[in-house]
Amino acid sequence: MSERILMCGNEALAEAAIIAGCDAYFGYPITPQNEITAYMSKRMPEEGRVFVQSESELAAINMVFGASATGKRTMTSSSSPGISLMQEGISYLAGAELPSVIVNVMRGGPGLGNIAPSQGDYFQATRGGGHGDYRTIALGPSTVQELVDCMPLAFDLADQYRIPVVVLADGILGQMMEPIVFNKKPRRSLPPKDWALTGAKGREQNIVRSLWLPEGSLEKHNYKLQAKYQQVQKNEVLCEQYEVDDAEIIVIAYGVAARIVRSAVKKARQEGIKAGWIRPITLWPFPTMQIAKAADELSIFLVVEMSMGQMVEDVKLAVAGKVPVVFYGRAGGGVPSVDQVLEKIKQLTIPVKKQ
Amino acid sequence: MKTVFTRTPTLKDCLTHYCPGCGHSIAHRLIAETIDELDIRGRTIGIAPVGCAVLAYNYLDVDMIEVAHGRAPAVATGMKRTNPDKIIFSYQGDGDLAAIGTGEIIHAAHRGEQITVIFINNAVFGMTGGQMAPTTVLGQTTATTQQGRDAANEGYPLQVSELLALLPGAIYVERCALSGPAQIQKAKKAIKHAFELQISGAQGLSLVELLSTCPTYWRLSPVKAMEWIENEMTKVFPLGKLKDESQRPRISV
Ligand SMILES: Cc1ncc(C[n+]2csc(CCOP(=O)(O)OP(=O)(O)O)c2C)c(N)n1
Ligand code: SF4
Ligand SMILES: [Mg+2]
Repeated sequence: MSERILMCGNEALAEAAIIAGCDAYFGYPITPQNEITAYMSKRMPEEGRVFVQSESELAAINMVFGASATGKRTMTSSSSPGISLMQEGISYLAGAELPSVIVNVMRGGPGLGNIAPSQGDYFQATRGGGHGDYRTIALGPSTVQELVDCMPLAFDLADQYRIPVVVLADGILGQMMEPIVFNKKPRRSLPPKDWALTGAKGREQNIVRSLWLPEGSLEKHNYKLQAKYQQVQKNEVLCEQYEVDDAEIIVIAYGVAARIVRSAVKKARQEGIKAGWIRPITLWPFPTMQIAKAADELSIFLVVEMSMGQMVEDVKLAVAGKVPVVFYGRAGGGVPSVDQVLEKIKQLTIPVKKQ
Repeated sequence: MKTVFTRTPTLKDCLTHYCPGCGHSIAHRLIAETIDELDIRGRTIGIAPVGCAVLAYNYLDVDMIEVAHGRAPAVATGMKRTNPDKIIFSYQGDGDLAAIGTGEIIHAAHRGEQITVIFINNAVFGMTGGQMAPTTVLGQTTATTQQGRDAANEGYPLQVSELLALLPGAIYVERCALSGPAQIQKAKKAIKHAFELQISGAQGLSLVELLSTCPTYWRLSPVKAMEWIENEMTKVFPLGKLKDESQRPRISV
């Protein structure tokens, strides 16, 4: 499939997962990602692959745990409340180093919140989310095409690093129709899954576990995980930069919020304001170096999110107090408008110009 | 000298961490013998619970996974659906299967997952210090029912096997007891039958509940503990086949 077709984000990501070789999908319905589950229920059996509608997200993530342990490519999807329920399983996946892909089509929270788009799960996705010292890779695509492209990447990263990968979309991205192309990129060269449980025929038993009882053994395991996370941070950061070199203000946003920022920054440029943007595509690993570098050159950052301010903390850590970091965001289904962001850019740059 | 008893190869040659007289060790041996007799070591994957048997992979020499408390039937589902040629079994305590994991076992049975479940009912949470389990019998004193379990406050013992046997997706459910040589032989037969059903491709879940001693938290000697199973536990948890539909034809609509 290489022609352009029109698809909604949820179905497009599901097809992209199938093309990426996903052997098994497990999921429990929740809005606004029901199209994924419905699509998979039809397409996976057509491909001779596995689809199970689980009885809960607890079960879904543990089905992923089981399938992954046997070496299969596997995924689940949900939205915020369901992802909360999966956190126990994600912690176990991280501990047992099982590759897996978890799509979160975020909605408003906390609690049952609403079904409107949101970016309120950034902390959960980038800090691990469950108990214990671990990280998950988190990808934050901003168009349906990018969502499609990040599915094979998510599976490859998961297999390469033996790590759970979270794809953070939101209700807008999941529901919107955009023209896309399913680019067939070759897989990365991936390590063999010689750890997988396949039946111990002619070899010693394999054990998959997250329990480390002997004194010192868990700390050793934690160091091993950290070393892996450092490799991810070194090798896998993705971000987009626009007109950063001469910028006085850089606006930082990811996902759907970045689309609004893009329009606002372009308008600002037309009005003679030296604005640029940095858009993290990997939310963890975060583009800390890129932002730190930009902080040496300009006077102010503006962070725009569909939340009450979560990614802004990572920006502040990167900027390390060198220049001010201002936040603008809306939550609970509120979506910042281009004009609101432009207004904010103006407010922040005009006094700068007067100096 | 004539050899009358040997360790079956799938049971590793090592000491276990189980207390003296604990039923878990007996259950492990029966499973290991079954795997060897059926010659399925090379295609079997076992699932260890959270509970005293969390280290079962140290004793059973097959590919094994250790999973979150109660979630084994969901993990087994993920394994079996993606590997229909493998033999998947879970090993779960009564806290694991009948308390925190009730949802997972009911729905695995409900979907008719072609897996085998070995359910160790020792009427307490052994691992965490002998607290009440859903299977604790009335009047039994535990760390959290110090005056004895009272139906008015803690409800009646939960008969999960009876519940599961009601579901069409469960094809074989039997309760046995690890309370003496004769009963242990029966348990072995049941375990073997459950595995054989899965090997034959039978359409559903097979489960063997084993009434099993916890001398430590029952505060009984190993011998008295076995007697307690026979005299007390079997009153609430009667032994025998609750269901055997091994002849059920393959359904495919
Ligand atoms: C989510 C979670 N809650 C609680 C525990 C603590 N815990 C460990 S084992 C256990 C009960 C085990 O009882 P059972 O399943 O009957 O196994 P036994 O030790 O009796 O064989 C509990 C409550 C845990 N590990 N994880
Ligand atoms: S506490 Fe009970 S169940 Fe656990 S090992 Fe000891 S006797 Fe066995
Ligand atoms: Mg128990």
